[in-house]
Amino acid sequence: MSLAGHLPILQVVVPLLIAPLVVFLRPRGLAWAAAATASLLAFLIAVTLTGQILRSGPVTYMLGSWPVPYGIELHVSPFSALILLIVTGASTVALFAGRRSINMEVNNDRQPLFYSAWLLALSGMAGITVAGDAFNIFVFMEIASLSGYMLIAAGPDRRALPAVFKYLLMGTIGATFYLIGVGLIYMMTGTLNLADMEARIHGVGELKPILVAAGFITVGLALKAAVFPLHVWLPNSYTYAPHMVTVFLAACSTKVSIFVLLRFDFLVFQQNLVAHDIQFATVFIPLAILAILIPSVSAMFESNLKRLLAYSSVAQIGYIMLGAALVSVTGLTAGIVTMFNHALAKGALFLAVACLGTHFLQLRIENIRGAARHMPWTMAAFVLAGLSLIGVPGTAGFISKWYLILAALQEGSLGIVLVAVVLISSLMAVVYIWRVVEAAYFGIEKEGLQPAGEAPLALLAVTWITVLANLYFGFFPSLPLTLSTEAATALLEHLR
Amino acid sequence: MELFGLYHYWTFAVLLMIGFYAVIAKSNLVKKLIGLYIFQSAVFLLYITMDKVDGGTAPIIQDGVTGQVFSNPIPQVLILTAIVVGISTTALGLAIVIRIKEAYGTIEEHEVREMDHRVA
Repeated sequence: MSLAGHLPILQVVVPLLIAPLVVFLRPRGLAWAAAATASLLAFLIAVTLTGQILRSGPVTYMLGSWPVPYGIELHVSPFSALILLIVTGASTVALFAGRRSINMEVNNDRQPLFYSAWLLALSGMAGITVAGDAFNIFVFMEIASLSGYMLIAAGPDRRALPAVFKYLLMGTIGATFYLIGVGLIYMMTGTLNLADMEARIHGVGELKPILVAAGFITVGLALKAAVFPLHVWLPNSYTYAPHMVTVFLAACSTKVSIFVLLRFDFLVFQQNLVAHDIQFATVFIPLAILAILIPSVSAMFESNLKRLLAYSSVAQIGYIMLGAALVSVTGLTAGIVTMFNHALAKGALFLAVACLGTHFLQLRIENIRGAARHMPWTMAAFVLAGLSLIGVPGTAGFISKWYLILAALQEGSLGIVLVAVVLISSLMAVVYIWRVVEAAYFGIEKEGLQPAGEAPLALLAVTWITVLANLYFGFFPSLPLTLSTEAATALLEHLR
Repeated sequence: MELFGLYHYWTFAVLLMIGFYAVIAKSNLVKKLIGLYIFQSAVFLLYITMDKVDGGTAPIIQDGVTGQVFSNPIPQVLILTAIVVGISTTALGLAIVIRIKEAYGTIEEHEVREMDHRVA
């Protein structure tokens, strides 16, 4: 088999093997360079894999050539490809942009460990995405989470510590719930392979344990994905993490959990439990509506920039779950494409905030008054990315809102309510983005808080690349849309 | 009878809830972590009990011996991995508690929260 045939496993192994090496690279420039190279390699692998999948369909890889279901299977579907692009892309962007920012926030002697944890988080998330085995997903999920906790705890503010402790407790409870669910399914079917599981549940007579398993797995993963009201760990973790960690994690960590959640609920349970699609919708449509509205209100009254954006992330997770809970091809497409577009928009916004962070120690709205006069490029990037978050035509965010509204309108009278919810929350997004823009462009500067000039060039350049990607995918959305549509069709394929 | 015939599931459920209660109700961060570990251990027991096969023996193939019933080794292998995950989680949690103690001078959750409110 040529090298190209081994790409699914290389996706995980490349960052995993470089991670321990990075620890020994003492001059910190080297550690950064190694981490950035590994991340770039992972991104290139993801791009190549996506190309393969677009040409010839899903890729299956058998570890050690052991036949499925005895061996461990890796499975890269269009859905995985989209998530892989988000994960590796976010990591690469943050690493290339963030050298100066990380130097400012993380102690020199801790940096090799920091970059090592970063690569572990990357390989964990890539592993979740390619794994075709329920227990492998658990192990990769814990690799990603544990290293994620380390990254967040590296934040310079001491409040990062209680925040990360809370995240650790809730994340572990979520993962353990998932483990209970997988155990119950294993008890009834004797298999851990997702595809095999789906087939074998057909033959199970007593479905009650499977139903309980579905409950445990859905709640556990919803906790990890910060689905409202299980999101309480998220705002403070994102706020006090180092800026670049926020860029990385905000773009992908919750999406990876949603990816697993959708795979379980649609591929494993949907066909096998009576009326599971209706149960799924009745649980998640109300939660999604609350998730869209309540955190948006919190964001409107929040004065810490990073926490404001973190609340907005919780609202965006609401959009994703709303799309999925409609259980239709358009709805799922909307949800999945939102994952991609939100990663772009929120990544760009957090990058712009990181630019501000190179000059402002306290990222509060009242401190950044008048910042646009000194940092025009940063603030222009913030405005454009903000427009994408709101969903203005011509930006990536518009595509997701458009599909979401299309999907909602297929639902009759309930759809009208949903459209109203989406529009109201978009208006609320206008409000909270505007508050930042107003302060930065029209506010009167505070004495002694004027920044010396623009952010470091590398950071600014990468921020603008991400912003331009927002515009590009607003005008030419075919790549994420093709992948999302294929993913949605595959998820609904077996639904009776 | 049936009720107590399933005593291992009861053990699992009771331990799980004891751990969960400690995580939620205790203010001391170390006690929370102990609760978390009990919570995880309960799940280890769930997996370990499911591999028992009546009359089953250790899964070792021997020459000339046929017709043996084996216990299922896979849940044990799985849980070995999960135990490692649990230990890592606890270790990382304790490391964070040490840093909280260094930064705040206390490991009581409500005192930490009060100190943060005073700053903000």
